[in-house]
Parts: sequence; C-alpha cells; structure tokens
Amino acid sequence: MTERLRVVEAVRETLREELAADDSVVVYGEDIGRAGGVFRATEGLLEAYPDRVFDAPVAEAGIVGVGVGLAATGLRPVAEIQFQSFLYQGFHQLVQHVARMRSRTRGTVTCPMTIRMPYGGGIHALELHSESFEAGFAHVPGLTVVIPASPAETAGLLRSAIRSPDPVVFMEPTRLYRSVREEVPDEHEIPLGEARVVDTGEDATVIAWGSMLRETLDAVDSVENETGASIEVIDPRTISPLDTETIIESVQKTGRCVVVHEAPKTSGMAGEIIARLNEEAFFYLEAPVERVTGYDVPVPLFAREDAFLPDRTRIEAGIERVLES
Amino acid sequence: MPRETVAEFTIHSVQVLAEDGTIDAELVPSLTDDELLECYTAMKRARRLDERAISLQRRGELGTYAPAIGQEAAQIGSAFALAADDWVVPSFREQPALLVRGTSPQSVLEYAMGMEEGAEIPADANALPPAIPVGSQPLHAVGVGWGESIQGRPNVALTYFGDGATSEGDVYEALNFAGVYDAQTVFVCQNNRYAISTRLEDQTAAETLAQKAVAAGIDGIRVDGNDVLAVYRVVSEAIERARQGEPTLVEALTYRRSMHTTSDDPSVYRDPEEADEWEARDPIVRFQVFLEEQGILDADTKAQIDDQVETEIAEAIGQANERRERLDPADLFKYVYAEQPPELERQAAAFEGDRDD
Repeated sequence: MTERLRVVEAVRETLREELAADDSVVVYGEDIGRAGGVFRATEGLLEAYPDRVFDAPVAEAGIVGVGVGLAATGLRPVAEIQFQSFLYQGFHQLVQHVARMRSRTRGTVTCPMTIRMPYGGGIHALELHSESFEAGFAHVPGLTVVIPASPAETAGLLRSAIRSPDPVVFMEPTRLYRSVREEVPDEHEIPLGEARVVDTGEDATVIAWGSMLRETLDAVDSVENETGASIEVIDPRTISPLDTETIIESVQKTGRCVVVHEAPKTSGMAGEIIARLNEEAFFYLEAPVERVTGYDVPVPLFAREDAFLPDRTRIEAGIERVLES
Repeated sequence: MPRETVAEFTIHSVQVLAEDGTIDAELVPSLTDDELLECYTAMKRARRLDERAISLQRRGELGTYAPAIGQEAAQIGSAFALAADDWVVPSFREQPALLVRGTSPQSVLEYAMGMEEGAEIPADANALPPAIPVGSQPLHAVGVGWGESIQGRPNVALTYFGDGATSEGDVYEALNFAGVYDAQTVFVCQNNRYAISTRLEDQTAAETLAQKAVAAGIDGIRVDGNDVLAVYRVVSEAIERARQGEPTLVEALTYRRSMHTTSDDPSVYRDPEEADEWEARDPIVRFQVFLEEQGILDADTKAQIDDQVETEIAEAIGQANERRERLDPADLFKYVYAEQPPELERQAAAFEGDRDD
C-alpha cells in the first residue's frame, strides 16, 4: 500500500522492510537503537529486531572498520554516521579498505556495506554539522555515492543501496528530513547509476541534487514564468558513478547548462560534470556552463549559513545568465 | 570514604620452554610428535621464504618486502591454535601465519611482485588480505568476530598487529568495540620492539602492551613470543574464550631480527650487539633444540625438511614468475565494481585503444 511519508520516515520504513526481507541486514550506529537516532530515522527498529540493530560506541573509524569484517562474514552492514562531517574520523577506513576491498582481492572479498549519514545545511545546526563532501567521496574509486532528493527517491535508492554488491555512501539531505511528504510505493526500488529527468525542457538544462533540487525547481518555475523559456531539470541521484549519458543527451538538446550544488565550488562535482560536457557535448554548447555553488570557504556557523548556501535567487540568476548569452 | 581504590589490574606473562631448554611440564601443550614436527616445518618454511624473498628483492625481482624473521614462533604458534573455519586478519608481516593457514608461498611472492593475484582469498579460506595501513585491520577482525556471533557460528577471528600499531586510535577502538559487542576475536600483538626505527620506549609509556586491554575492559596477557609452545598454549586458551564471546589481547614479546622492510637499514637505528643477542634467542633454534632433546627431530629428518622447504619455495618462485608473465594490465579495470560503470568502460576501452596504437 502506498503511503505518504517524509524523508526520515522513508529511511525508517525502508530499513524496517530490508531488515524483514533479509536476515543478513544489520543496522548499527551511534544512538540509533534506544534513542532511535538523533533524527529518529531508526526509531522502533531496535525493538523490532533486537538481534540485528545495535547502538555503537562513539567511534566512527570503528563503525566503518567493523563493517568490513561484518561484510566478510556474509552480513550486509547498514551503518549510520551521525553527521557527515564525523565520517572524517572514519575516512581512512572508507578509502583504505571499504572502497578497495573488491579490487585488491580481485573480487574474492567484497564489502556490500551501506553508510548512511545526514548531510548539508539549512537547519541552523552546530558547526561541522552541515557539510556536503560528495565530491570527496566521488573521488574514491570503488564507492557508490547516492543523494536522494525526496521521500520516494529516498526509499527507492536506499533499498538499492542496501542490496548493492558494492559499498554505498548514502547522503541524506538533513534539510529535507521533515519538510515534505510524498507518496512512497511499497517495495520501491530505484536503480543506482541512473539520473532522473525531473522536468523536461528545451532551452537549458539545470542539474541539481539533494536539498538543492527543491530550490532549483522553485527557481526554474520562476524563470519559466518570467521568460517563457522551457528548462530541463536533471537530478543525477547517484553522484558516482555518474550517469553521464542522461546529462550529455540533455545538454546536446538544450545547448545550455547550469550545475547547482551546496558544496564549495573548487573541485566540486560541477567541475567534473563540466569536464564531461567538454568531452561529449562541447560543440553543442551555446553558452559557457554556469556553476551555482557554495563558496570556497569553510561552511560558516549558522548565522551566516544563508549567505553561503545557494538559494532560489542565485540559481535564478545563474539560469538567466546562460539563457542570455 | 573520599578516596578509595576502584580498579586494579595484573598482567600475567607465560613461558613454557625457557631459553635454557627448561620445560614447564604443567603448561606444555598436548601436541603429538607429528604436530610438533609440522609446526617446526612451518617455521622453517616461513624463515626460508623470507630469506629467499629478501634476495629476490635485492636482485630486483620483488618489490618492497617485510620479513618476519625472528617472529616465527609468535605467528606460527598462534596460527596453529586456530580451527579450520576460524579467521585470520593479518597485517603486512604475517607470511608465517598465512602459510600455516593455507596461503601458498606463491601468493606471498605474487603480492610482493605487486600483483593483486597475491591477495586473492580462496573461496574456502576464512581470511582477509594483508592490511598495509598500520593498525587498521583489528577493527575488521572485530567485525568478523562480531558477525560470526550475530550469525550464531562458533568461528573466531584472530588478528595480528605490532607494537607500533598500539599507538593507533583504531586499535583502541577495536579493543573497545570487541568488549562492547563480546566479539569472538583474539588480538595478537607482536611486540617486536621496533616500529621501523622507533623503539618501544619512544612509542608508549605503558609498561606492557597487554595492559592496553584493561582500559577496554577485556583480558590482556603477555607471552614469550619466541617460545612457540607458550604462544600455542596462551592463544589456544584465548581462542576458546573468544568462542564464548570473551575477547583477549595477547602481547607476544619477540624481536624483529631483520629489517622493517627491504627499504630500510636497521644498523642505522639499532645496536648490532642487540641483534647478536637476539640471534642467540632465535625462536627456531630454541624449538629445534627442544625437538632434538625430546628425540622427535634427528639429523635425517631435519635435512629432509630443509630439502622439502627448498623445493617448495623454488617451485613457488617459478609459478609466481610465470603468473607475472601472464599478467594482463587491463585487469585493473575489472574488479572496481561488481558491474563496470559506463565511465570505467570508456576508460578501459581507451586504454585498449592506446595499447593497440
């Protein structure tokens, strides 16, 4: 039965369904058991599955590292890192072991682990609770990096992440946890590595993911109303490996492109997307590709957060610039 | 009472076969003559493989290699104590233990030739590949020991690391997780006195490394790591406890008689007299004298074992060289993901194209 859920509930229900569907799924992380998670994403799971849901000591390297061993015994570990920035304490385990286990053993040992974490700004959180490091994770071969942008997308992508034979970094936009409700079909599954064309259009392509997608759709509405232009919006959903084909096809059609992300500009995913456009769609471009991104500064404390995050106004301006040139 | 003692700890140390040949009859493990000879052969095989590997490296046929010369008792005594389905989670100096657990000398050489082939884990083996980052693998062993327990299986994970690794935060996290989750895990810390050039007294102010278990709430014990019988004894007990969900940290006191790796020169950072002193305390010599005195090993058997080991290693070198000749560089694209993503397919095709040009 289809249910109307928020993102946080989509996470919880998908975890519950996967725990029910597969005895090898194990869920663990800091405060995810008795407290149900700091965002309540795992509420009720410990009571339902006391043998496969565990509170973890406050040790991110430990949380990531034990996953390697759990996976080696045939389990499917689904770990929560309380906030994306605290994965840095376990980043070495992710890069040195989780990501490369398959290739360094020529497929004889694998690490089908999912690491979930809230990411991104917009909720006036403490320092180091609002980062977007997707480009950093995407720079690690062997990892799959996924960012959902709605409740249904969350359920569909998380299910595929848990079932994936490869390790998945699953970044949940904190800002969307409770903001919208959406119908989520039962057993919803969205293949990894496939972008979604959210809105079709002819005059420009705008690429955005996570919480930036909603800002982008608002900006696109407003530009379309003002200018009469028709704009295509693409959500890559899987940040790495990236579905280049869908992006290229769209930009070959529209000839104009804007990439939006809240992570800092330099070495962000927009740079990579533009490089791929250079390789495959350069001669179709009518205008330089625009980047609307966070600035190259540490994510500020929340009093200045709104100045840092791309918003509807900045995205509108970016779209207008590509339309005008 | 404003001030009282709330916790105290004691660390025991165990030796069975003393350097002078004295045996503690109560502690001597019950191993058959054949098992003892098997153990001795394994030590000789490991020693000889390390020696050959060093000379192959000097001739440019192997990459950087980390010999375990002097640590054979610590590794082989412990690996021998495992049951068939138990796990080994090694660092990069664990050739002796891996050989006992069924890894072939050929695989060891292939890994040292820079080939992933040498880190393949056979389908029937419960092991993880060598971990290069110091101290990173004990967490994996906790995951394995915990995972076995979650699935109701009795298998234990035994992980090896060195004295230097105990300074890594990951090792503390591993000990702590093991305590919290009652992981079926045994930690064998080979205290070989040096982390590359850094002496133990510059590594930690702790009196023993075994006591690092205390803070994590698990048991710690020290053993003479050059006494293969004592290591077997202590680790066997630790393994049986681990099967019941009680992890142990075993500190095996030993000495790295050779270099950290073929890339460094120990004479720069340690006194040659110290190395001479430890040569006299060599674990293989001590065990050999014991076997001879017990009438288990005679000159003929010894020569036969030496020949057998020599032949095996010569064959392994031949096989590894052959596999290196057949190496396909394009394999580097093959195992990154279960299914090759389109971008990687493009890169692999471009690589093939460049090769054809």
